[in-house]
Amino acid sequence: MNVRRLAFAGPLVALLLACTFFALQSPRFLTGANLSLVLSQVMVVGVLAIGQTLVILTGGIDLACGMIMALGSISMSMLAVKHGWHPAMAIAGGMSVTTLAGMLNGLLVTRIKLPPFIVTLGTMNIAFAATQLVSRAQTVTDLPPLLTWLGNSVRVGNTPIAYGALAMLALYALVFVLLRETAAGRHVYAVGNNSEAARLAGINTNRLLLSVYMLSGLFAGIAALLSIARTGVGDPQSGQTENLDTVTAVVLGGTSLFGGRGLIVGSLVGALIVGVFRNGLTLMGVSSVYQILVTGVLVILAVATDQWSRKA
Amino acid sequence: MMVLEARRLVKRYGHVTALDGADFEVRAGEIMAVIGDNGAGKSSLIKALSGATIPDSGEIWLDGACVHFRGPIDARRAGIETVYQDLALAPAMSIAENVFLGREHRRAGLAGSFLRLIDRTSMQREAEEQLRHLGIGIRSITQAVETLSGGQRQGIAVARSAAFAQHVVILDEPTAALGVKESGMVLDLIKRVRDRGLSVILISHNMPHVFELADRIHIQRLGKRAALVRTNEIAMSDAVAVMTGAVQSSTSGASG
Repeated sequence: MNVRRLAFAGPLVALLLACTFFALQSPRFLTGANLSLVLSQVMVVGVLAIGQTLVILTGGIDLACGMIMALGSISMSMLAVKHGWHPAMAIAGGMSVTTLAGMLNGLLVTRIKLPPFIVTLGTMNIAFAATQLVSRAQTVTDLPPLLTWLGNSVRVGNTPIAYGALAMLALYALVFVLLRETAAGRHVYAVGNNSEAARLAGINTNRLLLSVYMLSGLFAGIAALLSIARTGVGDPQSGQTENLDTVTAVVLGGTSLFGGRGLIVGSLVGALIVGVFRNGLTLMGVSSVYQILVTGVLVILAVATDQWSRKA
Repeated sequence: MMVLEARRLVKRYGHVTALDGADFEVRAGEIMAVIGDNGAGKSSLIKALSGATIPDSGEIWLDGACVHFRGPIDARRAGIETVYQDLALAPAMSIAENVFLGREHRRAGLAGSFLRLIDRTSMQREAEEQLRHLGIGIRSITQAVETLSGGQRQGIAVARSAAFAQHVVILDEPTAALGVKESGMVLDLIKRVRDRGLSVILISHNMPHVFELADRIHIQRLGKRAALVRTNEIAMSDAVAVMTGAVQSSTSGASG
């Protein structure tokens, strides 16, 4: 228990240090409006990272989630705009597409027994190509208001907070409870810890893995809706930075890439660390290339810490 | 009373005959050791009894009824628990979680039946009680299994099987990876499991451990039971001689 708490304390301290640093560098950083902006900037990666965390906890990886999200956002926006579906049906349709894509990943991992890295590397490319073909690489505009509804915000004091950011926080709370307080949640850890032990304990490991990849697809669908809400369009080029940013967020959050260890809340903190660095460096006027550089350094540091702490 | 009995089990893998009409029996409250050279069909026999493989022919009787296990889960439901050699524990999870892995308690009321929330407190309390009864000393039931010594881990695995077994506990080389002191601890634990009235099947290469623990010894050779002997009626060297085929023996001495 203490070890788990410690594993979570590290990322939290890193986040607070980063916030302190940027607060000292720029007076605009600690304003409500800016922190709310960080939350909105983080919500897409944040929701994708929930699915990524579940997959990584089982000892797998989902390299396709960002591309599946792009496919979802194109599906939703095109179903609504080009095919005249009711917006609610279009959203459901888009989420079905992403969940089915997740199911494809899960079936390839559990039935054909291919390594998750290879499976999702393949479906990443397939989802990207499908997105380009379906959309003819065109951005979908003139979306009905329901599709961008999550981009509206509620005022807390003087600070507007996007519904999407609140939705992200709610999803984290939900998955936190699922992972901690249900048998299925504990089985996610057990499969990542020792999948043979889990199987011998009577856990249907294949069904569990399939559900986890499908959930990752579903979260990609929700992220697609958030992405649409944030940009106001269906963008075939979306998801490309988010794809690997999810892995960064999960690893920065203290979840082990070897599976079986980690906390869902850590991934939220990890996503916030990435968001705070991007935002803070922008406020300081540092070019975006350096922001990417910093993210890269952070990931290597986080993985090195994970390796090192396992050996100690 | 005979708790578990197998008659004329046959298992072939391609051209290899792993079990060639093997018989087996274990009584209630008895420790039955299974010894045999590599390739004698020891592990095939154990796999058939624990449901891990389905024999091509032959019968398995549990508590007076003929049973057909389609998988390890079937055997477990029937009351046969197996502790595997490579320790089927999840290292980063707590002792209590490992004890109840796959058999989690749910909370009372809607929280359990509808929301499917687990009852952590009751699982921790019961796991603690179980370990105390079996004399396994640990600091805290919530500590991760990876923080325990090899002997303690083996203890947790044995305690888990003893907690859920109604009839038989199968132990596959439980002391193979342990030092002298830790082995002693696990041997004592196995005796306590037997004293609860459970049958214990002990697969071991360690003859001193077999002779210290077992009431009877099943000697497996060439896919068959070469001998079934009472431990106090045979010398260690003779048991090894039967096992290696240097001496022929019959099973009449120890049955009945």
